Amino acid sequence: MSLLRGVYRFLYDFIVGDDWKVAAGVVLSLVVGLMLLRAGLPSSGVIVTTAAFVVALFVVALVLDVRRRDD
Amino acid sequence: MSDHTVWGLSVVTFIAAFVEFVEALTIVLAMGLTRGWRSALAGTAAAIVALTAFTAVVGYAMATWLPRSALQLVVGVLLLIFGLQWLRKAILRSAGLKPLHDENDEFREQSAAARAAERQNRLGLDWFGFVVSFKGVFLEGVEVVFIVITFGLNAGNVPVAAGAAIAAGIVVVIIGAVASRPLSAVPENTLKYAVGLLLATYGMFWATEGLGALDGGSSLAWPGGDWALLIILGAWIAVSRVLVIGLPRIRMTHRLQSENIS
Repeated sequence: MSLLRGVYRFLYDFIVGDDWKVAAGVVLSLVVGLMLLRAGLPSSGVIVTTAAFVVALFVVALVLDVRRRDD
Repeated sequence: MSDHTVWGLSVVTFIAAFVEFVEALTIVLAMGLTRGWRSALAGTAAAIVALTAFTAVVGYAMATWLPRSALQLVVGVLLLIFGLQWLRKAILRSAGLKPLHDENDEFREQSAAARAAERQNRLGLDWFGFVVSFKGVFLEGVEVVFIVITFGLNAGNVPVAAGAAIAAGIVVVIIGAVASRPLSAVPENTLKYAVGLLLATYGMFWATEGLGALDGGSSLAWPGGDWALLIILGAWIAVSRVLVIGLPRIRMTHRLQSENIS
């Protein structure tokens, strides 16, 4: 059990890292992109919109992180 | 594979490997100088063997089991998240909101821990020196292996990625052997910043193209094809510079507001 916990901890630290909001933002952006794709938006529009979401959510994650460091 | 991808692959892997190996070198040096070189080098060698096996198994599994478009999506997402984590740290450090990583401090801490630890011999080796060296090299090396496998597979050239990582390892070992002290003069944050930018750029490119794997199977295409990589890189550079300048102000404003409320 402690081995499984150790592997989970390692993978979490390795992939998700110090701020889970960054990883969550990427996943959320791709979900939005997939929804737009299935809604029939042209692929170039889907790609650019998804990329803009990734950037926007990364900025939001960092701003939230910096504000919380003071609390 | 286009020239820019080979260039990006080589540069990203070399710089990332260089930074990680510098950190591993600090740990091995601390163990070698305080607990003895035999155990430190044995731990390093064992970690290299483990990393080689890890690379072979994970690389084979990903290349064999994942279709091309799914590989593009999975690898793109992993690289994007990984790159953004590096970029996040580099931005916070450049903005003065997170302390810079200092190899001299790390060396002092590792040396102090090594001197305080009890001596316990197993298999003819000082176990503390062996285990700490093994963990240091393995954990720093896994990040390099991850980049070599993911970037290499998606760019279609694992040997170039592996070669760049090995070259970085040789350079660090030579410099470390000559200097015999932690390589604290290496501009680690700048290098991590560069790697974060490039990983986030290629990760974003591949992850969004790979979205097609979830809806019909074929990859999507960026407007402008590979030229879009330059636009994405430019966007990440611009956003990161704005954050480096803006985040300290946001923090200051938030702090003043909090003080006024209380």
